Amino acid sequence: MTEEKRVRRLLQGNEAIVYGALAARCRFFAGYPITPASEIAEQLSVRLPAVNGTFIQMEDEIASIGAVIGASLAGVKAMTATSGPGFSLMQENLGFACAAEVPCVIVNVMRGGPSTGLPTSPAQGDVQMARWGTHGDHPIIVLAVSSVLDSFTITVKAFNLSERYRVPVLVLSDEVVAHTRESVELPLNSEVKVVDRIAPGMPPDWYKPYQEDARGVPPMAAFGDGYRHHVTGLVHDQDGFPTQNPQEVEKFHHRLSMKITKGLDDIQLTRKFYMEDAEFFVIAYGSVARSALRAVEEARRAGIRAGLVQLITLFPFPRRTLIPYLQQCHSVLVPELNLGQISREVQRINQGLCTVVKQNRVDGKLITPQEIYSRLVKLSAGPAG
Amino acid sequence: MPPSIQALTHIYFRHNKKFPHVWCPGCGNGIVMGALLRAITRLELEKDEVVLASGIGCSGRMPTYLDFNTLHTTHGRALTFATGIKLANPALNVVAIMGDGDATAIGGNHLIHAARRNLNLTAIIINNSIYGMTGGQYSPTTPFGSTTTTSVYGHIEHAFSIAELAVTAGASFVARSTVYHAALADQLIEQAMVKPGFAVVEIISNCHVQYGRRNQIGNAIDMLNLFKEQAVTVKKAATMDSEELREKITIGVLADRDLPISTNEYKRIREQARADQGKKSI
Repeated sequence: MTEEKRVRRLLQGNEAIVYGALAARCRFFAGYPITPASEIAEQLSVRLPAVNGTFIQMEDEIASIGAVIGASLAGVKAMTATSGPGFSLMQENLGFACAAEVPCVIVNVMRGGPSTGLPTSPAQGDVQMARWGTHGDHPIIVLAVSSVLDSFTITVKAFNLSERYRVPVLVLSDEVVAHTRESVELPLNSEVKVVDRIAPGMPPDWYKPYQEDARGVPPMAAFGDGYRHHVTGLVHDQDGFPTQNPQEVEKFHHRLSMKITKGLDDIQLTRKFYMEDAEFFVIAYGSVARSALRAVEEARRAGIRAGLVQLITLFPFPRRTLIPYLQQCHSVLVPELNLGQISREVQRINQGLCTVVKQNRVDGKLITPQEIYSRLVKLSAGPAG
Repeated sequence: MPPSIQALTHIYFRHNKKFPHVWCPGCGNGIVMGALLRAITRLELEKDEVVLASGIGCSGRMPTYLDFNTLHTTHGRALTFATGIKLANPALNVVAIMGDGDATAIGGNHLIHAARRNLNLTAIIINNSIYGMTGGQYSPTTPFGSTTTTSVYGHIEHAFSIAELAVTAGASFVARSTVYHAALADQLIEQAMVKPGFAVVEIISNCHVQYGRRNQIGNAIDMLNLFKEQAVTVKKAATMDSEELREKITIGVLADRDLPISTNEYKRIREQARADQGKKSI
């Protein structure tokens, strides 16, 4: 048998998400066609059956995420992919997955909104919706990809976090990342670290599907495994049965949010560039982070001490990573393809530490490196500049 | 001798569940639950191989009480979750339990597509012509002219015939019973669970609290007696014209046909995909 070798491939972001999902051992996809996410469904419809997985095109996005949750409950890693309008339709069942703690991955290839918006243009308008779109207090993990390679590695990470914390993980891509082709050398599946949910080890009679433990993430039995239990979107007790007992209701909420808080070091991913001696810096994510890196490199060549923190994890917002830099720098620039959705978060944690400067574009075009560079030159004169 | 309903409750009710249940005294949901349990007993299914998935509403609470793999989904979406479960583990017997508003208003799209798709699932739709849990608003099966909390001047829309809708949408097996015809109900559920392909059993039920009372039909017994009077068999109905059938409930098997099952078809796709991938590295 010949040894597997890494190969260099010319892939678009959507294709890399497919490779990442398969490497993470995703074996179920349900979806509904939508631009600019459709390539993910198309390619998985070809590739999933070959690995004993299942692809199904459902009647809408509500059905798609329903099927994804069902498959995950039956023990199969599952995902869907969509764009803004479809993501809107998924919100109710997304909440179900949060409440019932069903691992799954939802990719949202962001396009211009609101409503039908700009189907073939990039945007980052779904950031706050990803965090708060479904009703009620709920934990959620939101990751953003900025390149084709990211689309692979972050998709794997999304599945791993989802399985480890029993929480839906949202991957935000955008039209630029999704359709840009880059030459990438992906790791072999055997080199990819894959996390699986923890199955119960106790006898079925002892199994309490939502019992509190030190980790805060109960073991998960699949339907059919002999651990018959009840799963509901109602607030439930440790046996999974509906409850209105105030103490049990409070416990339910606290455990859901604490399991994520306990894992923050594992969950909050960022990349830092030139931050050691930065006098001011950029916070960017998604395709805009590419422009930002280019602009910061340009600034450095011009002797300007700018830095960049690229956010991979948007939520839970990486406050602890950013606060030291907000203290270190006189200002921070937040370029985004929206009217200020992550800059809100930056302002929220900043609390007067430094000057927060927004840079927004909502015309369906990417913010260019040149535009960011121009702002960096101005900012280099100090916060008032 | 079939096991008594009491024996069935000892076998199938959850011993760790906090009772009482949420249903009103006399509710038809209990009869449907009994019918389902009798069917499962006769089929000798292991508890572990049965999944009950429900939507939202009074019917949605049924799985909570029963010792199977149970899932209480979102309103109207039971069939979508059931689809994912069945595709992920085709060995499971997956039964979706829905109400009329659940299955044909908010979940109507899923119902027709599940029927068209023809997965090997069983759908039990308890049709009491009203939204009971939320206080008696009109549903897609509320008869024209009825009084409900959202049609106090008389209902001006027309009712769906759920079973006929399922036939047209392509289900492999479609049947209807009423809660008066409890023995028929459990036979039909048994047939539906055995039938390969998507099977729908509509069971006309009584919501005397929200529907019967407001429409001067009376209590649970009165409503059951009405179902007895209204029921005509499929065979009898075939001899009647539409005017004669207007106030009637057709009971029995409305459709039973052999169609390709999508999980079986998908096996073929997997083989083909593996063969294709063997030829070239995709």
